[in-house]
Amino acid sequence: MTRTDTRVGPVEARPALVPARPFWTSRRRDHLTGYLFIAPQLIGSAVFVILPLILVVWYSLHEWNVLAGTFEFVGTDNYAALAEDPNLGSVLRATGLFSVGLVVFNLALALLLAVLLHQKLRGTIVFRTLFFSPVVVSLVAWTIVWGFLLQDNGGVNGLLDTVGVDGPNWLRGDGTAMLSVIVVQVFKNVGLNMVLFLAALQGVPGELYEAAEVDGASRLRQFWRITVPLISPTILLTSIITVVGSLQVFAQIAVLTQGGPGTSTTVLVYYLYQQAFQFHHFGYGATLSIVLFAIVLALTVLQWQMRKRWVFHES
Amino acid sequence: MRTGKGLRVVAAALTGALALSACGGGGEAEDKGPANLRVTVWSANEAHLKLFNEIADEYRKSHPDVAGITFDPLPFENYTTTLTTQIAGGNAPDLAWVFENSAPDFVASGALLPLDETLKKAEGYQYDDISPATLKLWQNGGKLYAYPFSTSPFGVFVNTDLLKQAGQKTPAELIAAGQWTWDAALAAAGATQAATGKAGLVIRDFDYKGWDNLSTFWTGWGAQAWSEDGKSCGFASPEMVDAMTTLHKAIFTTKALPGPGTTADFFAGDAAMTVTQISRASLLKDDGFAWDLVPLPAGPKGPYAVVGQAGIGVMKRSPHADVAADFLAFLTNPTNSAKLAQFFPPPRQSQLTAETLAKTNPKLKPEQLQKVVIDGITSGVVKPSHAGQAEISQQVRAGLDPLWKPDADVKAVLDGVCAKIQPMLAK
Repeated sequence: MTRTDTRVGPVEARPALVPARPFWTSRRRDHLTGYLFIAPQLIGSAVFVILPLILVVWYSLHEWNVLAGTFEFVGTDNYAALAEDPNLGSVLRATGLFSVGLVVFNLALALLLAVLLHQKLRGTIVFRTLFFSPVVVSLVAWTIVWGFLLQDNGGVNGLLDTVGVDGPNWLRGDGTAMLSVIVVQVFKNVGLNMVLFLAALQGVPGELYEAAEVDGASRLRQFWRITVPLISPTILLTSIITVVGSLQVFAQIAVLTQGGPGTSTTVLVYYLYQQAFQFHHFGYGATLSIVLFAIVLALTVLQWQMRKRWVFHES
Repeated sequence: MRTGKGLRVVAAALTGALALSACGGGGEAEDKGPANLRVTVWSANEAHLKLFNEIADEYRKSHPDVAGITFDPLPFENYTTTLTTQIAGGNAPDLAWVFENSAPDFVASGALLPLDETLKKAEGYQYDDISPATLKLWQNGGKLYAYPFSTSPFGVFVNTDLLKQAGQKTPAELIAAGQWTWDAALAAAGATQAATGKAGLVIRDFDYKGWDNLSTFWTGWGAQAWSEDGKSCGFASPEMVDAMTTLHKAIFTTKALPGPGTTADFFAGDAAMTVTQISRASLLKDDGFAWDLVPLPAGPKGPYAVVGQAGIGVMKRSPHADVAADFLAFLTNPTNSAKLAQFFPPPRQSQLTAETLAKTNPKLKPEQLQKVVIDGITSGVVKPSHAGQAEISQQVRAGLDPLWKPDADVKAVLDGVCAKIQPMLAK
């Protein structure tokens, strides 16, 4: 400390007489608290959703040779290659077929099970548990077991054999392979949609059915005129979840068919996996995943727009 | 408004920082601290890993700067895919086992470190002892990029109990009578299947997907997947059509081979015979069935042998590439090569004698070693390999799928395979 310092001190201290606004105002504190609350979600989204999305777009503009360690900018070359890809047509067909098959089978079966198990009968809880249990089973374990059952000399054909039916080679036939993959996936996840439908059914007021009965409406008419409109928001939700899920199918294909026979079960996700991780075309694989993203986004937006037409609660 | 702006700044900063850290992961790492080497291998077999670890421990005794050496087994079925995924994710091993079907891609890519110098100058290494024929696949521009760690001929393991139970002659008897041909082998397999209900003959790891394993069959007909220069497709050749017609008949008419979608494990006693590599001998149980190992049956073109190869290379981008190369030189020196010979036939000429191999192969008789291993390595055709093989392989698999049906038109299917892969081969 010098003399000069002590002299200057009081001069500088003068402005402090006017009370400074503290940095941590209650407003800022509130904001910080808010950010801290959303931080886990925000960081999770940034690391696992936003960043990969940005990187995938970046990768799709490059030719990335993993082995050689080269990463070259190629502009829109990978997008141009989409148009010339001889396999893309059959891949999109297989993807569409899988999605349509899965959504139709899954929603129809889930609704049927929900309506049946909504009845106040003995044993419904046991059946609800039974149908829901595959949802919590490991996907790969479930698929491997089904792989054994669907073998030519597997359990399914053994069962058919006892009633005198010579079953096909499920996973090797052109038509049966896709059907098998769809059915395995439907059985895996139908329980989830069933529970959602059950919850929705329980929210339908009983007096509406009583009134309809007084008016002489049949059970079928009651279903179409009361049940379906009132659970339509749930139908929308389940259909969006199922469509998006169907477009992301991978493990079942990888375990059961590896895209075969031929390319009959090579769906988009499996194809992009092949391109990126087996053929080492990471740039083109990223481009295919952008295509997948666009399809999922378009279908979700379409369903969301259509909700006004068929979802009862929406005005 | 201020809040919105602040949020955007935080999000942008976070994303930027993460992007930078992610990009950093893929770059070349610097050599820091003591080396911890990781070697990816396909085998999770306890006996194999025990031997690897013993050799690694011995190396570490004289190299205290190496903190650890880990042998990391990756599943055989998707070994190369897992390895390349690790490389793409910035988690490349220091040393990697490479199969012959991906050898051209790895060798030509520049991903591996040239080894000639390290191996040649290693004390007592005897580089010239390595058979030049075994090095061919692993060389590019006159440099060696991987050591031919295992040159493993295909042979036929035989469950003699099952064959006798079905009243069939054993392959040893057929060999003695000069009748060990594919016709005889398939007839015995079909008859055993009919009599016992177990599978006749299994071409291991084929499973109607791994078609390159069928080269152990069609080579007997003089067929090949593609020409020597890799430019023209061989699937539509008359030899291949003959071979595949025989195979198709054996699967769907005489049931000598289990059909598509049927699994049968020879080593669990489910099949009378299996075509596989000698390195699989470790799967035989001491208290299991009576067995024999014989060479591949002769085809219409006479006796032949097929070898599968695997090399071990050093990843150039490893932060400890030099240490890894030095360890590879130790792992494959004459002493360790002799130890490893019990599972992985060595490329060293001095060790390819029945006497040397017999010392470390208690399960195999000198006669089996001579006929299957030594003769196989010296005269064997290597399984198909081609640059970009994964993509070609996928096309061949998809193209061959229509063949695995009882009423298939063999010629038409094989023409279809060539139509698909010819443009890729010609590239």
